[in-house]
Amino acid sequence: MSVTAATDWSRVRPQPSALARLFDWKPFLVFICMLPAAALLLVFLTYPLGLGIWLAFTDTTIGRSGRWVGLENFEWLMGDPIFWSAVFYSVFYTAVATVGKFGLGLWLALLLNNHLPFKSLLRAIILLPWIVPTVLSAIAFWWIYDPQFSIISYILVDRLGILDHNIDFLGSTWPARWSLIAANIWRGIPFVAISLLAGLQTISPSLYEAALLDGSTPWQRFRFITFPLLLPILAIVMTFSIIFTFSDFQLVYAITRGGPVNSTHLLATLAFQRGIPGGQLGEGAAIAVSMIPFLVFATLFSYFALARRKWQQGEGND
Amino acid sequence: MPNIITRRGTIGLGAGALAAATLGQGAMGQQIQRAEAQAPRLPIESGATLRMLRPVRFVQPDEEVFRDNAARFTQQTGVQIRVDFVGWEDITQQTAVTANTGAGPDMIIGFGDAPHIYVDKLIELTDVAEYLGKRYGGWMFMAEKYGKRNNSNDWIGLPFGASSGPIVWRQSAVKEAGFEGPPNDLGQFLALCRKLKQMNKPAGFALGNAVGDGNGFANWLIWSHGGYLVDEAGKVAINSRETIAALNYLKELYPTFISGTLSWGDVSNNRAYAANECWLTANGVSLYFALKNDPATAPIAEDTQHTLMPFGLIGQAPQAGLTLNAMVFKHSRYPNAAKAFLQFMLESEQYDRWLNANSGYWAHPLRAYSASAVWKSDPKIEIFRDTMDNRFWNGYKGPISEASGAATADYIMVQMCAAVAAGQSTPEQAAREAERRARRYFRG
Repeated sequence: MSVTAATDWSRVRPQPSALARLFDWKPFLVFICMLPAAALLLVFLTYPLGLGIWLAFTDTTIGRSGRWVGLENFEWLMGDPIFWSAVFYSVFYTAVATVGKFGLGLWLALLLNNHLPFKSLLRAIILLPWIVPTVLSAIAFWWIYDPQFSIISYILVDRLGILDHNIDFLGSTWPARWSLIAANIWRGIPFVAISLLAGLQTISPSLYEAALLDGSTPWQRFRFITFPLLLPILAIVMTFSIIFTFSDFQLVYAITRGGPVNSTHLLATLAFQRGIPGGQLGEGAAIAVSMIPFLVFATLFSYFALARRKWQQGEGND
Repeated sequence: MPNIITRRGTIGLGAGALAAATLGQGAMGQQIQRAEAQAPRLPIESGATLRMLRPVRFVQPDEEVFRDNAARFTQQTGVQIRVDFVGWEDITQQTAVTANTGAGPDMIIGFGDAPHIYVDKLIELTDVAEYLGKRYGGWMFMAEKYGKRNNSNDWIGLPFGASSGPIVWRQSAVKEAGFEGPPNDLGQFLALCRKLKQMNKPAGFALGNAVGDGNGFANWLIWSHGGYLVDEAGKVAINSRETIAALNYLKELYPTFISGTLSWGDVSNNRAYAANECWLTANGVSLYFALKNDPATAPIAEDTQHTLMPFGLIGQAPQAGLTLNAMVFKHSRYPNAAKAFLQFMLESEQYDRWLNANSGYWAHPLRAYSASAVWKSDPKIEIFRDTMDNRFWNGYKGPISEASGAATADYIMVQMCAAVAAGQSTPEQAAREAERRARRYFRG
């Protein structure tokens, strides 16, 4: 009897099933939990990227699926002056716009970091260009740069009488290029300014107090305290900014569509122009793929900048 | 209060629709001459339903009358039809997807070259086309060009209409310059533009990346000098003596334009013309109606005239048009119903109402509709009546193909002209560059 009771007792706690044991096994559980995320990445990130790269090696057009043509698209692009002009302008656009955005953005951040009346309201207003959808601001700039109806021309010609003819912002190569860069800088400043402002506010005031006691000049305080401590965040913000600027599309497409005579095509707009309206999906994909080396370079830049931050903080961790 | 959201323009259009609808039941359709012809036997499949895509309307009555005509077909045959209106930029891509996946709408009204690209995915429409041709005085030149498969008599598309962009000019300014109207002679035309510039009432044509206006002007320039992008066999022939002569002419013509045309898009000339800044340009009829329907610009409309593009060296107006071209896909389960529907829509009871509802935005493909009331409704739009008799098309003189459409969309001709106008390239360099780019598209 007692023996039977003992067996009964052990049956009250049933062996966990194989499935349950499997789910209790930590490595498997981790794997299962990551699966949805991995599937999402695979379907929405890896697949389109892979498809894009594959298309670059085919002669696919919008009308028909293509054949594998190897490097033919790239060989054609190597001999295509419009492609090289797009490469040049993409790099130039990114370089000049980034310098402009960071120069003005840092200046703005330093101003906003002071005690001003209506500080939070001002900061909110500063963000406006960044909040407005790009296409909207692009259309606004399109009007500002219009050859006939530009507000700038109107003020200079009709109101002040300084000029006797309208400014042709977008009608020739270099004015059009600079006009687009100006629009991009205007749009990018808030992002830089607000990010750098966040960085500025993490710098401990005691450092400035100590420097003041040592009799430092404002320039010295900026050069030896603000700038080095801001550098890590500066590097990250700059990496993002470079990537966004290099792959910019909306501003250029809405304002000039790459014109006049293809002089303001960025790689992204040229890829779209060739791929969708021109129907040459393979060639468009090849142009898009050729942006990858530049973007990898920007990412590596960020990697090394981050590494440098560790080295910096090794000394002055607070 | 619904009045708050109703704009003046909408009221006007609504009134127009009403007028068109009222007229449609009465007088319209009767003046269209029809010949007796044996309609093809198209037994409609039982339980048939149809789906169609077409580009969105220019004017509200277009959609209303089109839907109403489709409803009549449903009434008479019991075939349910769903018509979806798609944005102009999207219709090409949606046609591609429909053709490649073999699913989706039974019929699409696309733009000119679409049936030629997807020819092996479409059913032939020869019986319907030949019947309609016999009944309505024959198809016009552009309709045959776009409807028939290259070098054959097989119809793969049924053109529904076309729009083109002739010269739009201010009578007062051209008179003041000492001309009765834009002359057909190229030298005289240049003289007119120079005079207009001197009077500070300049001409202007789009040289920016403008799909309609930019290509319209560039094509005119080259064609009027006897040049062309590809020859009859589809071989690239842009780098020719004629092209270079045309580009040299542009070097003299361009300085007479209002400044900024190198960055003009499709709407820029409309705006400049409406603001009294540009006095002669090329555009579809939409500009005239926009001016006429707005009291503020009605005097400009009053002073506006339309004239065919100057003939130049070739004795006819070198302008192409944007064509609506209907096609039926092989994957349709009810091909007879689809063909019967297209035929029904092109019969005068339906088509003439629709033509009138469009008030001249679209011009008819069948000759008998030249007698339609719409072309008498306003003497200034009469010139659009014969749009489909133009002897030119995008990619002239080659076969209509995917490449001709792509070359247009990639602005090869426009940018060749713009590069010369901007002084970036010599005519020889620009023609060579255009040849290089065109070869890529026409590589076969």
